[in-house]
Amino acid sequence: MIEIIQEYGQAYLWNDGYHLSGLAMTLWLLTVSIVIGFVLSVPLSVARVSQNWAIRGPVWFYTYVFRGTPLYIQLLIIYTGIYSLEVVRGQPLLEGFFRDGLNCTLLAFAMNTCAYTTEVFAGAIRATPYGEIEAGRAYGMSSFGLYRRIILPSALRRALPYYSNEVILMLHSTTLAFTATVPDILKVARDVNSATYASFEAFGIAAVLYALLAFVLVWVFRRCEIRWLAFQKPQSH
Amino acid sequence: MYKLTVEDLHKKYGPHKVLKGVSLKAKAGDVISIIGSSGSGKSTFLRCINFLEQPCAGRITVNAEEIRTHNDSSGALKVSDARQLQRVRTKLAMVFQHFNLWQHMTVLENITEAPIHVLGVSRKEAEQRARGYLAKVGLEPSVEDKYPSHLSGGQQQRVAIARALAVEPEVMLFDEPTSALDPELVGEVLKVMQALAEEGRTMVVVTHEMGFARNVSNHVMFLHQGVVEEEGHPSEVLVNPQSERLTQFLSGRLK
Repeated sequence: MIEIIQEYGQAYLWNDGYHLSGLAMTLWLLTVSIVIGFVLSVPLSVARVSQNWAIRGPVWFYTYVFRGTPLYIQLLIIYTGIYSLEVVRGQPLLEGFFRDGLNCTLLAFAMNTCAYTTEVFAGAIRATPYGEIEAGRAYGMSSFGLYRRIILPSALRRALPYYSNEVILMLHSTTLAFTATVPDILKVARDVNSATYASFEAFGIAAVLYALLAFVLVWVFRRCEIRWLAFQKPQSH
Repeated sequence: MYKLTVEDLHKKYGPHKVLKGVSLKAKAGDVISIIGSSGSGKSTFLRCINFLEQPCAGRITVNAEEIRTHNDSSGALKVSDARQLQRVRTKLAMVFQHFNLWQHMTVLENITEAPIHVLGVSRKEAEQRARGYLAKVGLEPSVEDKYPSHLSGGQQQRVAIARALAVEPEVMLFDEPTSALDPELVGEVLKVMQALAEEGRTMVVVTHEMGFARNVSNHVMFLHQGVVEEEGHPSEVLVNPQSERLTQFLSGRLK
């Protein structure tokens, strides 16, 4: 155990001698996909609840496809499937992007988490108390002002517990990154396993790292909920 | 010079006619109570004034500015200029039956929201004024950082009244402001409304509180099945009702 940590500790945490690996890579995958997913899902969730079918429909189709198929398949299609197309190979820009496993992984993860997050936010927007929207109108807010000041701030707060769930599920989903040869925690653990045959230690260390990450995420979201969901908590006297 | 005039307002839901030509004129300082049994159309009438409900016909003028409308293909009345409506709405502050405070904002944020983000008042000035309005509706300064859900119904409705005052409206619209309150909390809200009336504010109040209609308002409108059955000064209308409907209505309420 001690020898494994001495020899592979650095690979587990941040660098396998060639590039970013292990914990640092997992964190990078998670952060980039979550940030892209969040930024895109806010406008998409507004489109998702639109009364206009031409706006709502395409978003529905996108979330349906990405929530209806396994992330593993999405990653395989984006990494191996798209690269096998002549059109992509013929285009230097596309060829360069899709040849890189990390690019493909980030793309698949971001599209996937964005689809789930869009539905979470859209649900929260739909659940906005109608009286609060009416009050916004009665006090002279435009539709844009209503979304910016009332609907989105309220919906994003109420969505927080469900959103934190999605982030933790996404953390676990990053273990699929090895499919595209990205050296995340699990990839390092697999390499250690094949080099040492110490399966329990190799995967045990990975499990501990994931559990620690999840613990930190839960703590961070808990702080966020205390801060932004105070309005829902019963008051302590 | 009228602060608010509503002329010949009609409203229907499908084939069902809710309002069949209701008019109202309010001069500065008028306090008009609209009474009637449930289903008489009184709340719908009030909500048509600021276009929370779409009337089918009628003209609404606030402070000599008529809300511009046109008829759409289905015959309903459409607002021609959304910006004008938004501007007029800030002159018609509304207080709702269920308060409709913004739950994710503190009391102070609720009161300063429209002044800052709709009217463009500076934050500092808006907060200073908000504290004045909080005092006016009889709330402790300590409530300003609380969230609406941490207050009693009576306190929430008083915050909602402070929010209405904060936009410095020409006319205040009250939609059954005490109907959702526990009986022992009704008094504190009515007291605030009475103080506002005595200040000379122009108010249109849909209410079931006959005491308020009789003692505070200077004009009472009795709505029945979408028409004004009877109206006038409360000392006449409520004491000597002419129509059978109003006599019936009052006998059930005035004791």
